[in-house]
Amino acid sequence: MNPDASTIAAGAPIEVDLSPIAEGQDIKVFWRGKPIYISHRTKKQIDEARSVNVASLPDPQTDEARVKSGHEQWLVVIGICTHLGCIPIAHEGSYDGFFCPCHGSVYDTSGRIRQGPAPTNLAVPPYQFVSDTKIQIG
Amino acid sequence: MSGPSDYQPSNPALQWIERRLPIFGLIHSSFVAYPTPRNLNYWWTFGAILSFMLGMQILTGVILAMHYTPNADLAFKSVELIVRDVNYGWLLRNMHAVGASMFFVAVYVHMFRGLYYGSYKEPREVLWILGVIIYLLMMATGFMGYVLPWGQMSFWGATVITNLFSAVPYVGESIVTLLWGGYAVGNPTLNRFFSLHYLLPFVIAGVVVLHVWALHVAGQNNPDGVEPKTEKDTVPFTPHATIKDMFGVACFLLLYAWFIFYMPNYLGDADNYIPANPGVTPPHIVPEWYYLPFYAILRSIPDKLAGVIAMFGAIIILCFLPWLDTAKTRSSKYRPLAKQFFWIFVAVCILLGYLGAQPPEGIYVIAGRILTFCYFAYFLIVLPLLARIEKPRPVPNSISDAVLAKTGSRSTPMVSTAIVLALAGSLFAGSIDSAKAAEGSDKPPGNTWSFSGPFGKFDRGALQRGLKVYKEVCASCHGLSFVAFRNLAEPGGPGYSVAQAAAFASEYKVKDGPNDAGDMFERPGRPADYFPSPFANEQAARAANGGAAPPDLSLITKARSYKRGFPWFIFDVFTQYQEQGPDYVAALLQGYEDKVPEGVTLPEGSYYNKYFPGHAIKMPKPISDGQVTYDDGSPTTVAQYSKDVTTFLMWTAEPHMEARKRLGFQVFVFLIVFAGLMYFTKKKVWADSH
Repeated sequence: MNPDASTIAAGAPIEVDLSPIAEGQDIKVFWRGKPIYISHRTKKQIDEARSVNVASLPDPQTDEARVKSGHEQWLVVIGICTHLGCIPIAHEGSYDGFFCPCHGSVYDTSGRIRQGPAPTNLAVPPYQFVSDTKIQIG
Repeated sequence: MSGPSDYQPSNPALQWIERRLPIFGLIHSSFVAYPTPRNLNYWWTFGAILSFMLGMQILTGVILAMHYTPNADLAFKSVELIVRDVNYGWLLRNMHAVGASMFFVAVYVHMFRGLYYGSYKEPREVLWILGVIIYLLMMATGFMGYVLPWGQMSFWGATVITNLFSAVPYVGESIVTLLWGGYAVGNPTLNRFFSLHYLLPFVIAGVVVLHVWALHVAGQNNPDGVEPKTEKDTVPFTPHATIKDMFGVACFLLLYAWFIFYMPNYLGDADNYIPANPGVTPPHIVPEWYYLPFYAILRSIPDKLAGVIAMFGAIIILCFLPWLDTAKTRSSKYRPLAKQFFWIFVAVCILLGYLGAQPPEGIYVIAGRILTFCYFAYFLIVLPLLARIEKPRPVPNSISDAVLAKTGSRSTPMVSTAIVLALAGSLFAGSIDSAKAAEGSDKPPGNTWSFSGPFGKFDRGALQRGLKVYKEVCASCHGLSFVAFRNLAEPGGPGYSVAQAAAFASEYKVKDGPNDAGDMFERPGRPADYFPSPFANEQAARAANGGAAPPDLSLITKARSYKRGFPWFIFDVFTQYQEQGPDYVAALLQGYEDKVPEGVTLPEGSYYNKYFPGHAIKMPKPISDGQVTYDDGSPTTVAQYSKDVTTFLMWTAEPHMEARKRLGFQVFVFLIVFAGLMYFTKKKVWADSH
């Protein structure tokens, strides 16, 4: 009952052009049926994400470990709440990150869980930068 | 099922079969001669009611499956086509959807009855555990069935429930992928759920056979909890139990029919009339009402894995009930303390159900934790403790003694009354609390609709005017894709002739093709065509309207609702109020205000609407006084336009509503007569046994 060949083939890597996304904006693309948020973070958002005491987080992880070095402004996360799979809303909640409307989990500007029932941070999909303005997800 | 029978059919042909396969003997010994305790009350008819409901669900389900398409792109539409185009499809669908709820109503009564009268105690442990297995299978079947219409709640319910398994350590993610057959809930998920939803009812039927077998070996429990000793304690199953069950089923059918014909959407969720959209989570996901207590338990535990364990544990714990409650006295009738704790437990379950439907915040979370504790405490603390400390009243020597001694020795049900009052009080307090929380989003005012109530009919004039408003105003942005031009000439609709509908259709340009040269072309509409949508696809609609796609209006009056709150949602069952959708749509059309109240900032390109959730709506004020001309002299005001177009949209959402209510009346007359006949027959049959 595992995914069949065509489903796996349809889940091949996709390329996303980042140039049209202005600072402070984000887009949602679908990969393997999952929404992927790509946020162009502002300086303020990056600072917020990095000034946190990592040890105090429910799922400790530095912001550096969640983005690609040299591309700190780009946050790429799977937009599926780690609690029960709803889609969090971007730019909402008290940490200016994501807010899940189903059971009230709040994520920060690095997609890390700060409040609510979700056990872990928003997952970072496998991706790499093909060029400065293009990424390949998958 | 209770051993070899000496039954011999009198008909020679049946004798011939009986010698080769003693099936008539089996039936005779199990359902005719089978001795049943003579003191059973009406709570014991729920076994028969459940068998009847299982048969009903399988029968309607098999027919529905003949018309249903299990494909993520087509499922929602195929369900709508069943309701609109299949002969009596609306009836089949209502019977099946409402039937699921009624099945659970009956099973909960059946389970609480077993709990109250100690039907799980020695020697009926296996019988009880088989029952818990049936209940688990029912929950799985009900959940997968709810996914099949592929609406928003179907999709997101499936997402949340399948994600429960991701809490399993190490292998969780693989289990979830296995359930999905993909990387998210999608077409493969729908296909396998359809397959399993078709399979599981037959598995249930198989376990029911075991359940009945075990029942007929151990014999039925009874309200006094003493085993039958002599022949005086029992009566033959037929006619006594048969006729009593028939009366019970007839009464249950009255309740069932009330929902099928008058409140078909009361037990469902308005969001499920919106097609599934993997990109948008509804703001408030709730499961069907029969899972709500367990959902409340899940949410009250702050840890994900612990929450999932608690939820499943709440059901599995029932299997251990025979060994948790070791009291010798079976029936709570003779257990003064157990009786009171039983009613407290019932109240806890109902309150948990109420909390499961509330948003997980503030007071609800705390209340949920307390009640979750109470739920488990009943099984793990109260019942084992009571078995040791309680002094039960003496039980009668035999069933016939109990029947003869039946006098007015009722103790005043003080505690139960107090519990019911406390329950109502706390629900009421909760609703005031949530009313405060929802402050700012005004409740739409009620209207008098021609189509409300048990004899409601559509006002033909309003339908025709509403069609005109739709065509001249709404149609520039909103589609009506489930409605065909031929529907305009169908009975129960706007009352046009076939020729008028054809003429109406021919005014539209419909895309067809490809022709012989392989090109698409436009031609005048025909009655069989559907209303063309103003935009080619959702993206085009979104792009042309500032990012908010105008929703299709075919189902809008059923897809929109607002919270009624306690106690209104209980009164609504009796008053048959189910016009939340039309009230909301009509209010929205009139809810625009030029002056934005202080303290409210609207995003760019949004307009202020009093009744829109969040108040910032992307649709500009769609209609003003005098915009559409009426030929019949009706006032050309926004109020009148709103009323007419809402009536029209109620018809597009449910074109067979008049037929539903008409048939409902006939069915009720029949059922009342039938139940009366059954009652008097039952009285006659039981005359000597009481």
